[in-house]
Amino acid sequence: MPERRTLFDKLWSSHCIETDADGEGLLYIDRLCLHERTGSIALAELAARGQSVRQPRHVFCMMDHVVDTRPGRSDATPVPGGEDFIRGLRRYAAQFGLRLFDVGDANQGIGHLVSAEQGIALPGLTVVCPDSHTCTLGALGCLAFGIGSSETEHVLATSTLRLDKPATLEVAVEGTLSAHATAKDLALVLIAEYGAAGGLGAALEFRGSAVASLDMEARMTLCNMAVEFGAATALVAPDEKTIAYVAERPYAPAVPPVAAWRTLRTDADAAFDHRIRIDASTVAPRVTWGTSPAQGVNVSGRVPPPRNSSDERALDYIGLQPGTALTTVHIDAAFIGSCTNARLSDLRLAAAVLENRRVASGVAAVCVPGSSQVKRAAEAEGLHRTFQAAGFEWRESGCAMCFYAGGETFGPGKRVITTTNRNFEGRQGPGTRSHLASPAVVAASAIRGRIASPEMIDA
Amino acid sequence: MEPFACHRGIAAPLLRDNVDTDAIIPSQQMRRVSKRGLGAGLFANWRYADVGARLPNSSFVLNQPAYAGASILLSGDNFGCGSSREHAVWALRDFGIRAIFAPSFGAIFRKNCTANGLLAGTMPAGRLSALASWVETAPQKNLLAIDLAAGKVTTAATEAAFDIRPADRQRLLRGLDPIAYTLTASARIDAFERTRFDACPWAKLP
Repeated sequence: MPERRTLFDKLWSSHCIETDADGEGLLYIDRLCLHERTGSIALAELAARGQSVRQPRHVFCMMDHVVDTRPGRSDATPVPGGEDFIRGLRRYAAQFGLRLFDVGDANQGIGHLVSAEQGIALPGLTVVCPDSHTCTLGALGCLAFGIGSSETEHVLATSTLRLDKPATLEVAVEGTLSAHATAKDLALVLIAEYGAAGGLGAALEFRGSAVASLDMEARMTLCNMAVEFGAATALVAPDEKTIAYVAERPYAPAVPPVAAWRTLRTDADAAFDHRIRIDASTVAPRVTWGTSPAQGVNVSGRVPPPRNSSDERALDYIGLQPGTALTTVHIDAAFIGSCTNARLSDLRLAAAVLENRRVASGVAAVCVPGSSQVKRAAEAEGLHRTFQAAGFEWRESGCAMCFYAGGETFGPGKRVITTTNRNFEGRQGPGTRSHLASPAVVAASAIRGRIASPEMIDA
Repeated sequence: MEPFACHRGIAAPLLRDNVDTDAIIPSQQMRRVSKRGLGAGLFANWRYADVGARLPNSSFVLNQPAYAGASILLSGDNFGCGSSREHAVWALRDFGIRAIFAPSFGAIFRKNCTANGLLAGTMPAGRLSALASWVETAPQKNLLAIDLAAGKVTTAATEAAFDIRPADRQRLLRGLDPIAYTLTASARIDAFERTRFDACPWAKLP
């Protein structure tokens, strides 16, 4: 009987050139994406070494991390020194002959969105980027993961990476998500249940009927959060939705190798090293109460009593008392954006809640579409008018206030409900308090001025 | 890269779980297109009472005179989780940190450590807190001696084993330049690539 293999095993073995005496694999890398924040440094080092880029046609440069997202933008950015990163990447992209989605390009956007929209990431490929949320692209059935700058230089020079083969982890999600529960809520439940290191550094595959029923954008949200779960990467096996999604993308093959892509699935009865089961029907709208994505509860829940000093520290930073009902917590700001939750389906979800409503007075509300393509598509549907009429700023695409780079923040002590991925201390600015949630929860909370689930607004 | 074999130094306990790379170096401290000069931004939001004015927060462990000159960190689970920014490792190295022990590390951070000659060794939380308790009684005197080849930390009082992946250990011990090393396999990479493009011509972009 042939060996039964997981999807990850198949992707690994089709890219593993050799394994050395220490057990490290030399893995062939098909696509590398760079962004101005860390890509510029890797390219500068490569130039300083006098090294060339081995496969320049397989390297793509994105402008997302420090670009200004306010209307009418140029290279100028509120981030101190930001222009040097933007111009540095532009200069090196030209020097090395790399494709660049520049500020002002119709297809500019957050790299993980652009990689999917452009067909740069495709089933069966290895895709890396010096950004931890590269695992987002595993939703397409490619082996995609974030790397450091030194590893980026290694890929640029050799088209390979050396790494230990991670263990495999199956996360099987069966059943049906309830009406207001989304892939973001599912991810937050998983992380709260098993911890921010619960992914064990493993190659995670999301499986089960609930995952199969998610659309491609929701699968990307789910895989995006895998790094917050401590997984090395995340995968969803390609299916008919995947094949339809990648068809006719600019860098996808004119004749898709559909038969080969259909073999990219875990064989029946293949053994995973670790397994987790989740019942999707138990997932409700979520919100975090602390400074780790693992510190979360249902929106209808209360801040739990601290279990350890990390919890105490988190409560102190976030300024909440144990026992407080989350729906009584006032917010100062609402942010919809990031590689987690700023795709067209996310904006539609938020707009459905915002329709014919106004953001509560005193709440600063900002929407940053994840890519220029998403922004155009949303505007074609008139979503921007819904956001603006509700009192949201409507911006150009970029990473924006997902993190504070010295530019824009809602301010010290301000409480922000946000569709992003990290609620770490200081992530959105010194002293800023972040509560992670889905686009629907963020929109509902913006209207109510307190943390809210969408059904509270419907009532 | 500077090889790592043995190191003896002052250890500072920072026994918190999930110390993320945003905490190790906040994004706003990454101001130049460079790997260098990042030590001043290390733990900026914790280390400074006023970040802009670089006014030290005297309660932060690395600001306490008892831990002056610390070159080893003892920390909690999932150290270096979050953003892939290698600046976190560059900042630690620039500050003078040579080794970190924790129950587990963020996967990208761990690899970034090895690439920069920083030892990231794992130990169970109980063993770490025992080491930390002993260090705390006289940090400048109670030094830790790390022997990477043997995989152990020795003190005047005890000996504690740590784990590290074999490939990380070898790379640190040899201090080889990873790119130069891989380029010696160029012919095999080229051959693999030809076979791959024959089998999956669509993977090669024009």
